[in-house]
Amino acid sequence: MLLLLSMALFALGLIGVIVRRNLLVMLMCMELMLNGVNLSLVTFAQQTGTSAGAVLVFLIFVVAAAEIAIAIPIVLVLVHQRRTLDADAYTDLNG
Amino acid sequence: MINALLANLDTALLFVFALSALVGAALMLVLRHPMQVAMALISTMVFLGGIYGLLGVHFIAAFQVLIYVSAVMVFMVYVIMLLDVRDASFTHRFSAWLLPGIAFGTLLFAALGYSLWYGADQLANTTVSFGLAQFAAAFLSEYWLQFELTSVLLVAAVVAALAVIKGSRRRDRG
Repeated sequence: MLLLLSMALFALGLIGVIVRRNLLVMLMCMELMLNGVNLSLVTFAQQTGTSAGAVLVFLIFVVAAAEIAIAIPIVLVLVHQRRTLDADAYTDLNG
Repeated sequence: MINALLANLDTALLFVFALSALVGAALMLVLRHPMQVAMALISTMVFLGGIYGLLGVHFIAAFQVLIYVSAVMVFMVYVIMLLDVRDASFTHRFSAWLLPGIAFGTLLFAALGYSLWYGADQLANTTVSFGLAQFAAAFLSEYWLQFELTSVLLVAAVVAALAVIKGSRRRDRG
């Protein structure tokens, strides 16, 4: 059941990143995807009785903190230049 | 009857927490204001922390609340308050990818569920819980290199954040 929940969280986060237009909401949906992966890692660690999954969850915590620390300044700089949080306003940024 | 209820209390609480986390995640997709989305995400994270506590990994539950809810999400809520969120993405919530995105997400969920359904017998169904001592010993004896690498990653993230802000300021001046 918990693996099913983690899959649902990951899929909902992915849908959110694709369908929402607000940059901050897209970032939060990415956090939701990380949370889904964390739940599956904890469940697997519980089922196998090893601590490698829990260690990986800790490293994901750190990576999520680093990700948000670098993503928020980028969003702030973007909004400072274009005055909007709409992802469709930044289509000229794709390569 | 009360004894039977108490014996099943963990399972019932697990079910309630899982359902609440799912509802919070689904609300994130439809709520309009980013602050409401942030509150839904915070509730999902707190319920996930409750699930971790019920599973017996209390230290991960504590760090889920300490790092995610208090550090990451407080940062996020500050930025939402700092920025003007009532723009084009406020009046039109969804991008043009609404239907393909939902179809792709449903397909992904179906594929994952299919693999879980047919791979479930390979998973042991026994729940072995491990304590903080075992985790700490493994963390500092086996995974010390990864631990040190995360500190490098954090320093790199701080330097990069400063560089982004500084670079944009220089562009403004020049």
